[in-house]
Amino acid sequence: MQIPHPLLGLRDASEFVYLGDASLLQRPEVPEGADMGDSVLLDAFHEYLHLRDNPAGEHRELWFHEQGDRSWLVVTRNTTTHEITDCVLARDLVSR
Amino acid sequence: MKRVSDGLVDRSRDLNFSFDGKQFAGHPGDTLASALLANGQTLVGRSFKYHRPRGIFSAGVEEPNALVEIGRGARLDPNVRATVQELYDGLSAGSQNWRGSLRHDLMAVNDLAAPLLAAGFYYKTFMWPKAFWEKLYEPLIRHSAGLGKLSMQPDPDAYDTGYLFADLLIIGTGPAGLAAALAAGRSGARVIVCEEDFLMGGRLNSEQQHVDGVASSTWAANTVAELKAMSNVRVMTRTSVFGAYDHGVFGALERITDHVGHQDQSARQIMWRIRARRSILAAGATERHIAYPDNDRPGIMLAGAVRTYLNRYGVAPGEQIAVYTNNDDGWRTAIDLAAANVEVTAVIDTRDTPPPVDTSGLGNAVLVRGANIVKTTGRHALTSVTLDTGVTVPSDCLAVSGGWNPNVHLSCHQRGRPAWREDIASFVPAGDLPVGMGIAGAANGELSLGAALRSGHDATAQALAALSHGADIGQPPQAVDEACEITPCWHVAHEAKGLRKAWSRSWVDLQNDVTSKDVTLSVQEGFTAVEHVKRYTTLGMATDQGKTSNVLGLAILAEATGQSIPDTGTTIFRPPWTPVPIAAFAGASRGEAFRPVRHTPSHAWAESQGATFTESGLWLRAQWFAKPGESTWRETVDREVEQTRSGVGVCDVTTLGKIDVQGNDAAAFLDRVYANTFSTLAVGKVRYGLMLREDGFAMDDGTAARFSDTHYVVTTTTANAVGVFRHMEFCRQCLWPGMDVHLVSTTEAWAQFAIAGPHSRELVSRLVDELDVSNEAFPFMACAETTICNGVPARLFRISFSGELAYELAVPARYGDALMAHMNDTGKDLGAVPYGLEALNVMRIEKGHATGNELNGQTTAGDIGLGRMVSQKKDCIGNVLSHRDGLAAADRPRLVGFRPVDKSVQLRAGVHFVSHGKDVITENDEGWMTSVAYSPSLGHFIGLGYLQNGADRMGDLVRACDPLRGEEYEVEICSPHFLDPEGDRLRA
Amino acid sequence: MRYSAWQVLKQGLTGHTGWKPAFRTPDPRPSYDVVIIGGGGHGLATAWYLASVHGITNVAVLEKGWLGSGNIGRNTTIIRSNYLLPGNEPFYELSMKLWEGLEQDVNYNSMVSQRGILNLAHTDAQIDSYARRGNAMHMAGAGGKLLDTDGVRKLCPFLEFDTARFPIKGGLWQPRAGTARHDAVAWGFARAADQRGVDIIQNCEVTGIVREGGRVTGVDTSRGRISAPKVAVCVAGNSSRVMAMADRRLPIESHVLQAFVSEGLKPVIPGVITFGAGHFYVSQSDKGGLVFGGDLDGYNSYAQRGNLPVVHEILEAGMAMMPSIGRAKMLRSWGGIMDMSMDGSPFIDRTDIPGLYFNGGWCYGGFKATPASGYCYAHLIATDSPHETATAYRLDRLRSGHPIDERGAGAQPNLH
Repeated sequence: MQIPHPLLGLRDASEFVYLGDASLLQRPEVPEGADMGDSVLLDAFHEYLHLRDNPAGEHRELWFHEQGDRSWLVVTRNTTTHEITDCVLARDLVSR
Repeated sequence: MKRVSDGLVDRSRDLNFSFDGKQFAGHPGDTLASALLANGQTLVGRSFKYHRPRGIFSAGVEEPNALVEIGRGARLDPNVRATVQELYDGLSAGSQNWRGSLRHDLMAVNDLAAPLLAAGFYYKTFMWPKAFWEKLYEPLIRHSAGLGKLSMQPDPDAYDTGYLFADLLIIGTGPAGLAAALAAGRSGARVIVCEEDFLMGGRLNSEQQHVDGVASSTWAANTVAELKAMSNVRVMTRTSVFGAYDHGVFGALERITDHVGHQDQSARQIMWRIRARRSILAAGATERHIAYPDNDRPGIMLAGAVRTYLNRYGVAPGEQIAVYTNNDDGWRTAIDLAAANVEVTAVIDTRDTPPPVDTSGLGNAVLVRGANIVKTTGRHALTSVTLDTGVTVPSDCLAVSGGWNPNVHLSCHQRGRPAWREDIASFVPAGDLPVGMGIAGAANGELSLGAALRSGHDATAQALAALSHGADIGQPPQAVDEACEITPCWHVAHEAKGLRKAWSRSWVDLQNDVTSKDVTLSVQEGFTAVEHVKRYTTLGMATDQGKTSNVLGLAILAEATGQSIPDTGTTIFRPPWTPVPIAAFAGASRGEAFRPVRHTPSHAWAESQGATFTESGLWLRAQWFAKPGESTWRETVDREVEQTRSGVGVCDVTTLGKIDVQGNDAAAFLDRVYANTFSTLAVGKVRYGLMLREDGFAMDDGTAARFSDTHYVVTTTTANAVGVFRHMEFCRQCLWPGMDVHLVSTTEAWAQFAIAGPHSRELVSRLVDELDVSNEAFPFMACAETTICNGVPARLFRISFSGELAYELAVPARYGDALMAHMNDTGKDLGAVPYGLEALNVMRIEKGHATGNELNGQTTAGDIGLGRMVSQKKDCIGNVLSHRDGLAAADRPRLVGFRPVDKSVQLRAGVHFVSHGKDVITENDEGWMTSVAYSPSLGHFIGLGYLQNGADRMGDLVRACDPLRGEEYEVEICSPHFLDPEGDRLRA
Repeated sequence: MRYSAWQVLKQGLTGHTGWKPAFRTPDPRPSYDVVIIGGGGHGLATAWYLASVHGITNVAVLEKGWLGSGNIGRNTTIIRSNYLLPGNEPFYELSMKLWEGLEQDVNYNSMVSQRGILNLAHTDAQIDSYARRGNAMHMAGAGGKLLDTDGVRKLCPFLEFDTARFPIKGGLWQPRAGTARHDAVAWGFARAADQRGVDIIQNCEVTGIVREGGRVTGVDTSRGRISAPKVAVCVAGNSSRVMAMADRRLPIESHVLQAFVSEGLKPVIPGVITFGAGHFYVSQSDKGGLVFGGDLDGYNSYAQRGNLPVVHEILEAGMAMMPSIGRAKMLRSWGGIMDMSMDGSPFIDRTDIPGLYFNGGWCYGGFKATPASGYCYAHLIATDSPHETATAYRLDRLRSGHPIDERGAGAQPNLH
């Protein structure tokens, strides 16, 4: 596979390390002074960390350019064809 | 059998070779197969299951029969197809898969039992008695199965890997490939042309045809010369493109020395990864045969292969050759043979249609239409064929054509499913082709020469258009469109009667001995899906991956199930197109070069001191520094520990990960990343840090030193250096991109040394330029940026892993080696010694510090007694989920210490703890020992481990059970802090 | 018809005309007591044990393609019970015991071959962790032996000992482990279940899970609605897709794992060998092919095919482990879809929807578990309580903080 890095162009996928679903960007908010063992909070973190849509088709996912510029990317890739249709810097996406 | 003309071989030179020890000669340009045929060697191998005699069947990579061993000793190559192995002087080949001799194979007894050995027979028997499977049945099966032998010596040859880039990759150089390459070359695009054969041209070299008015082989040679002269075209022969991968990546194997034998100077093969924006598959087509009784005898050959041997190699594969065909192409074999004055005994066309060619030159050949072969004779070589008309024709060679299958293989590697084309009775590429791939020529079902040339040219035009590469690519080469009509004939009914019937078989897969009966039996037993038939009968699973058998087999299957061929479908084509040596994939990454070696800055010095090294990830670290007279490693390590604890020891700890954290939000960032708090850390101080994974389990530990309000230096364990940095970058970029913080990994930039022992302060004071290192000015957990040895920049940390008064000193990596030597030199009078990883480990166990064996990803902060470090006031990675019931449970195993009740006992890591009076079974498992060491300070073994309710069981005895090694002993549960539990030494 | 040497002889001499289909090809009936979604190894094993142990035979196994077309037909055939954690080891040992009697049980030769598995160790820490694991195996009755370098050399003299980048320091050897002929496992279970009356329905794709009044009442399929009070999902490689029909998300990601086979060779490798300093394992089939594999490609995929970099990585490890296989040629590569769970261990559990059961998340360890998975799943379906060896395989264990994380890799599926 080749990943269209938004800054560096097409790079071989073997330069990258894969993490998983880009939903990992949406870490639940922990309110100031919250009880860390609160079950609502536990549910939220459990769903965030463990549950996945795991779609057959378009998938937004996190890749780290470890042997490159060390940027985290959000790649939109089809899990049945491996076709990549989009690739952006994760921090651009989160900052937006 | 003889050489009837020059063909394209160089008959002015002889090449000597041997086959099964017998000496022969051939010529440059020969394959092993053509040379064997020229020497009259018809019998070349034995089939897989029945050990039937087998001869050369094809002239290419599809060969199912002529598999030989090449070379000797460690260079023995099994399962080499004689049909593609180039002849070289001194080549030594041997036949395979027999016991006794090739001619008299004792295993041929299997053929007598053939009626019992039908498809799947082994699933129905060999079950009684139970123990006999591993002891008797399976060894028998294993030894009779398999083909060639591996020498089981390390492959002594070198292999290489490389990367290539192209606008357009053209796979195959038959008429379509060369026409495509010519057009592409003229366009100026960056082109790579790959040909698996040593001679480019494909079928152009096998036929008596003409292109642009010259002989087809001449046109091919001229075109190749033209391509080689173009600077934008890379022409690669002996290069098989074996796989089409995602996003235009192709795997290709180039054979560098296989055609000349071993060469010291060069890699045997090169594995290329080719990235191409577009590709053209012009891989041609493979002829298939027909399933008629006894169709496996040596001398029976594909009709196209007969033409190849005749026209390209100048060899007539027989003296009396019959032709058997269901299509027009087979007739060309008869015409070419007759033109070369080789006797054609018969042309048998399964169709009842007029001959498609002028037959006047065929002499006395019997021309039969609408007939089939029902019997053949000849044990080690064909002697005759008998037709359903009752006529028997003497023949020592039968040229068979059942039609041509486009080589769709690479077009299917990304789940493309080929489509059936009724007019050519074959599958052509369809569906999800690899991105950017075009198909040309016979690979696309364009079976006539003129059409193949045009389609190659057109494919390039389309590829260039897709690349927006406008250029004049001229006109396609011209040739006639010869007749290529076909009426499928897949198999012929059996005629044998009575007892003989059980042995009357029509082969579909010649190598795996799969017959048409096997296919119909499979259907009879309910295995009707094409994949079921493949798996039940082993059809197409031989080394040729069914190149000559698959379509034939599924046509027979379709007939048996009453489904159409397209509804029956094909099995899935998978890489590689042809088999690829495992060594070629590994390239140079093997032996000591398997992975790179990372050396610590003091490696050379340690080597000079006679250190023994050990692997720590990719690092090599000094394990201990043996002195003359020390006879065991324990003796050495005990001394290193004692000298460190009584004097001063130095140890290279550069391998610890180091991350520079800077920015206005550096403190806030670390508060979120670590379980404990760092914003409260004073400048000039160090704090132990515990990092959790988001799931609440411990991830890593280390220290963070604060050099200014906005500057921290954190360390990680050696093993997790890369992962922790990646994780911190994830937090920084993905979770909190708004924070003003930057991270740089500086692991290799700084050489770092632990300096430990009561005399460490004295040693450090001799190194620093100005820094006051007194206990008051530089207390435990202090840090400073300073200089040593007259101006060398340095970072000094007063931290201790050993439990002694200790420091860690970091200098830019290039000073590391000199500093290590200098410390040992300067500290000589203080008793300074280097210590290695083992002594470091002993001292950390004496102090109860957790490392990888304890922080193994399954433990919580609470498990190692650090539960209170997890701040309850702030959010940090892992905080919330560490509150899950299972992680917070009180009865989780806790890290405690163990000492043997009998002090002479040697503890071992990995033992499990079981209470007295209980069985040693899973239900009674209370924990396990993680680390052990002999403590020279205490004079006996000590251990760390996890134990249920461990913290509440101090002083209790428990059984340490080691059924794996047949040991059991009692241990006393104690604090993990074996030495100086109050920490007086490190604060001294 | 019972299979036997006598039957093979008789049929062989009479032209094989008497062999009957190994299983029927029935049309689906409108309702069953239990519908199993997925005609792979685990689904078929479940059907067999429902019928043979619990006497529940009014069962349909629905397979969207051909029987055995999923991971049962594309794995590397290894069976073993060399696990570490108490949530796993007794279960896999149950599986091993079932393997040991399987062929006689179902009257089908699946070529269960106990030629052993050797896990190589290259560091002292690895030896320590193998010691812990080996003792856990002994405590569950699985046996095993810890070997030093000489012990490994005696067993496998052809490994790289002398010029290795990561020298072999020992290994963990489980002699009872081995391989089985994967397709034949599916066929054997299918034939045996069919003979007890189970309907195995191929080319029947489930398109919906029918719910009425908060409980599951059946499934919609490409061949019509089939009702059943109990619907058991058993679709490795498609778990998330099928459970999405019931609006449930799983702690699972689907990944591609490649596998490889070489050309046929005369026997050279005794059992299964796994490398400890890289991702590579190898065994040799009865037909002579070296069967090998390594790590996941690493990214989510349903494509059943992988890419080149991982192939290189795996074979580099292979050559580092035993450079004597260099001249063997890779004949075929393929990919399977692994439902990788968040802790690397499977689920066999009731769902929160009454009547809906779930079995999945086998990562790349599903084949060896086939008999026990079927056995325990059948127990759960029949009794509505988990089998004693499978109590840890609950769907809520991640929420409650009881992961079964053999590798200690945490909630990242591609690291397990």
